[in-house]
Amino acid sequence: MEKTTLFDKVWDSHVVKSVPAGPDVFFIDKHFIHEVTSPVAFLNLEKRGIGVKYPHRTIATPDHNVPTIDQDQTIKDKLSRMQVEKLRENCNKYGVELHDLGTSHHGIVHVIGPELGVTQPGMTIVCGDSHTSTHGAFGAIAFGIGTSEVEMVFATQCIMQSKPKKMRISVEGELGKGVTSKDIILYIISKISAAGATGYFVEYAGSAIQSLSMEARMTICNMSIEMGARGGLIAPDQTTFDYLEGKQYAPKGEEWDKAVAYWKTLKTDEGASFDKEYNFDAADIEPMITYGTNPGMGIKVVGSIPTTDGMEGSNKTSYLKSLTYMGFQPGEPVKGKQVDYVFVGSCTNGRIEDIRAVAEFVKGRKKAENITAWIVPGSREVEKQAHEEGLVKILEEAGFELRQPGCSACLAMNDDKIPAGKYAVSTSNRNFEGRQGPGARTMLASPLTVAAVAVTGKITDPREVFEN
Amino acid sequence: MAYDKFTVLTSTAVPLPTENVDTDQIIPARFLKATERAGFGDNLFRDWRYDVEGNPKPDFVLNDPTYSGKILVSGKNFGSGSSREHAVWAIYDYGFRCVVSSFFADIFKNNCLNIGVLPVTVSPEFADKLLSAIEADPSTEIEVNLPEQKITLLSTGESESFDINEYKKSNMQNGFDDIDYLLNMSSEIDAFVADR
Repeated sequence: MEKTTLFDKVWDSHVVKSVPAGPDVFFIDKHFIHEVTSPVAFLNLEKRGIGVKYPHRTIATPDHNVPTIDQDQTIKDKLSRMQVEKLRENCNKYGVELHDLGTSHHGIVHVIGPELGVTQPGMTIVCGDSHTSTHGAFGAIAFGIGTSEVEMVFATQCIMQSKPKKMRISVEGELGKGVTSKDIILYIISKISAAGATGYFVEYAGSAIQSLSMEARMTICNMSIEMGARGGLIAPDQTTFDYLEGKQYAPKGEEWDKAVAYWKTLKTDEGASFDKEYNFDAADIEPMITYGTNPGMGIKVVGSIPTTDGMEGSNKTSYLKSLTYMGFQPGEPVKGKQVDYVFVGSCTNGRIEDIRAVAEFVKGRKKAENITAWIVPGSREVEKQAHEEGLVKILEEAGFELRQPGCSACLAMNDDKIPAGKYAVSTSNRNFEGRQGPGARTMLASPLTVAAVAVTGKITDPREVFEN
Repeated sequence: MAYDKFTVLTSTAVPLPTENVDTDQIIPARFLKATERAGFGDNLFRDWRYDVEGNPKPDFVLNDPTYSGKILVSGKNFGSGSSREHAVWAIYDYGFRCVVSSFFADIFKNNCLNIGVLPVTVSPEFADKLLSAIEADPSTEIEVNLPEQKITLLSTGESESFDINEYKKSNMQNGFDDIDYLLNMSSEIDAFVADR
């Protein structure tokens, strides 16, 4: 029998038809939608005079533009309010399940999907959001799509998609103290660049990956898009099954046993081939931080910004433009640089384990005077758990401001904006120019590094604070 | 929705040699709040094009009257980041019909093809040649011939062929979109679902 990869197994079982010299007609099991990339798709359905073919396969929540304070009140920003109202109206009209503001499972779409058990191994999942790759942590093929494709899924539950090439990234060995899954993915992206996996779908493998919790795996898969990959996935195992068992939408009873038996078949055959492979040693990975304006521009927290040696032409110009935006010089270390804001949240690091990690770190400490510290849980469920576990109290005593769930300062569509010229160390996924507000300077790092920065007020290696 | 047919486009071009232009630069998130597809061109490259008071920044290429045209020639890894189709809507609404680069991000490229903006991938050398030619003489015309899959710098006659799959090519030439195709497959999709 032909040896196939996990990715092949899931992809091939969802191809309705292959168009000669064209893409595959690709069937979608689950479709997540939010207020920003769905309204035009719904509008076009109306123009065509058609409806949503399989409404029970779509789940909606408003997350991108929502305020993170006073969520029980009418949204003040008129355009944001209109988008959220449009989402409610459309879900109601087409019979789509909505987890609205203020309800028990409201949150960032990529946080609530797994939390509800909607996300399961072997599924195909899409959403009009590039961080849909998060769900790959369960051994699902999950990726972001544009609004035209959102419309295709509504209309037909399929999209036209060419099968990407296959890449495997293996990380073997044990992670050092103070090194998290965020550091793993920032390290990988810094090695293969922000475009290094464009055209590929990535499978993450190796003992360092297998040892991670589901939430930590989600952080890795979440940032697959930041190296250009369409998505990334990890073979499901006992960790996956334990996470899913008992979740609201997870199969129950006999169905559960059947599902697990199938999920156990979802792995890459020994000897199956990939178009490209990378191997990394976990022992080489240290706490990471970005210094530039794309996620590939990352270094060790204790490292120095690369010099321009060997760069020329538009490569060098673009590099220097990026450093000018950040207010940094080639060759200088980042450690010790003063910071103004920290942000803990987003679909990358807004889950309960992230909040626990920060709380554990800052317990009994205070944030530095120069720091404004925002912590935004990824969902209502995460918020509730943080309260129940006493984490909120710890964080508030340390001077953090806890906000309500949403995408928040990750993309600053709402009022949670970092002011121009200010430095933010953020657990989110993108350090693009203006991503956290016009002129804002973002440095991406793990929740632990962010906690260390919050306490010291400057770029700090979390391992040094541990020692004290 | 059906869109404009694309066959042969001859136009001057706008050069933007910056690398890794992400979709947050093409259109920042705060301008994604519309519920209809209208007016996105006004905010194309918003934060590079205007200062915080909304005044045009004279050094940005879209504010330089020397350059105009329906073709945008950009640096490598164009369109990375967010999947927002709004980025392509902004490019289209501004008046571009074709983007040329030595390397495109995946989702961006798909989004282009889905609304009738042609993404043309050329070699890094040819991209440099185009950029230099446009910068040396902004009246330089470029011909993008979709049926022949060929892009030509008309001033020198230098050309390069580009890839596009037959299905997408035919869609672009006829102004068809994927939904037209998929809706015709409704019974096959139903049968597929019934088997699952």
